[in-house]
Amino acid sequence: MKWLRKIVDSPIAPAIIPIVVLVVWQLLGQLGWISTRILPTPLAVAKAAVKLTLSGELIQYIGSSTMRALIGFGIGGAIGFILGILNGLSHTANRLLDSSVQMVRNVPHLALIPLVIIWFGIGETAKIFLVALGTFFPIYMNTLHGIRSIDPGLIEMAKVYRLQGKDLYRHVIFPGAVSSILVGVRYALGFMWLTLIVSETISSNSGIGYMAMNAREFMRLDVVVLAIIIYALLGKLSDTIAKLLEQKLLQWHPNYSKQ
Amino acid sequence: MSHSPQGAIKEAKGAYVSIDSVGKSFGDKQVLSDINLSIASGQFVAIVGRSGCGKSTLLRLLAGLEEVSSGEILLDGIAVNGIREDTRMLFQDARLLPWKRCVENVQLGMKSRSYEQALASLEQVGLHERANEWPSVLSGGQRQRVSLARALVSSPRLLLLDEPLGALDALTRIDMQNLIENLWLEQKFTTVLVTHDVDEAVALADRVILIENGLIAFDIQITLARPRERNNDFIYFEKLILDRILQRGEHEQQDKVYAI
Repeated sequence: MKWLRKIVDSPIAPAIIPIVVLVVWQLLGQLGWISTRILPTPLAVAKAAVKLTLSGELIQYIGSSTMRALIGFGIGGAIGFILGILNGLSHTANRLLDSSVQMVRNVPHLALIPLVIIWFGIGETAKIFLVALGTFFPIYMNTLHGIRSIDPGLIEMAKVYRLQGKDLYRHVIFPGAVSSILVGVRYALGFMWLTLIVSETISSNSGIGYMAMNAREFMRLDVVVLAIIIYALLGKLSDTIAKLLEQKLLQWHPNYSKQ
Repeated sequence: MSHSPQGAIKEAKGAYVSIDSVGKSFGDKQVLSDINLSIASGQFVAIVGRSGCGKSTLLRLLAGLEEVSSGEILLDGIAVNGIREDTRMLFQDARLLPWKRCVENVQLGMKSRSYEQALASLEQVGLHERANEWPSVLSGGQRQRVSLARALVSSPRLLLLDEPLGALDALTRIDMQNLIENLWLEQKFTTVLVTHDVDEAVALADRVILIENGLIAFDIQITLARPRERNNDFIYFEKLILDRILQRGEHEQQDKVYAI
């Protein structure tokens, strides 16, 4: 059993299962057990990837999708963060705003697509609006929760040391809420890609969703699968960035420092 | 903001505290009814009493964290209304910001945020070598020492201690008591300690005050020489205070003697 232990501890451990899956998938496709009309082999997908990369289309599509994602995330996240801080610090604001926000939160934002298309047409604005809406709630909820869960003892301590206004926010409130906010960021990143995929498949003339829908019309399953894989990779990438952010901002936290 | 010039504050040793028929109630509940007390500059006063007797409330009134319902509290003749720059408080839990290194926590204790001064203050409590550690890796006693360094870095004139050693183990507690006593002897700030530990009160204080039912029930000078040893005289004071708290009547005591 020693070799097993060794493999589990080695840095490649998390990659083992994906590699095995790929190999099995390739073999099944090559041997004709799975029709390539239903699912193309990994090699075919890789070939499509190379071809689209060389023609520059892939980079362009990833670029325009990422752009939409980030702009939407920026707008939704910023509003969520500011509103979360406001409602966390001000009882009045919380009384007036929170229950309305919670009500809107319970509407699945993708259900608004028909309305959004009528409002904004099928251009960039509609997609950015949907992404912003999807990322707003997790950031709002977690910022609010983060501020609410700051130890009141620390706030009182800050009072004794006369930390007020900006200082209080910078030294106590924001760092106290940051671990919760980062959980919100990770959720929001997930929602960001999800929303984008759906809105891009509905109507678009660029982006990865467009690439997938276009390929479907021509039965180019290799490109469809490629699009799905790229979404997975982008999702993983943004999660990794969020994790790095966690490690950087939460060094002080005993639960994060040992990672 | 204090109106007196900074230099004058540094020179004067401890604040002179005068508590003038102070009462405090929360809603219908009267916690303190009529407290009269004056504390000389540089005196070390311990307040003891059963839990819920209002001793912590009195401390919070002194700190300006709560407002008096009646009467007034004067510090050097000026009424306390709100938190003051020259009053510092040590809580039962250290209340360090876990996301700031020890020295940064101490830096928060003063307006200038001077790193050198913070380090010097940590040196006073013997923790300068751990200045760059996160609070989470320190022991309870060490955290409380950092908290003490933070309280003292701005040279307060009144130090309020709200059972700061209550959560520490017996040996660490004795170390901390010595540390507090030495720093107090050196800097002569006025100190008010709230504790439920009579031994601690007798070990540290010039004067022990017992609060009972919102009133001062007992006020005694501890006339032992410092550093204090836990000898017969020490035990005499301890027993005197404890008997008073527990309201052991004289008959009861005698019964006990016979019983043994």
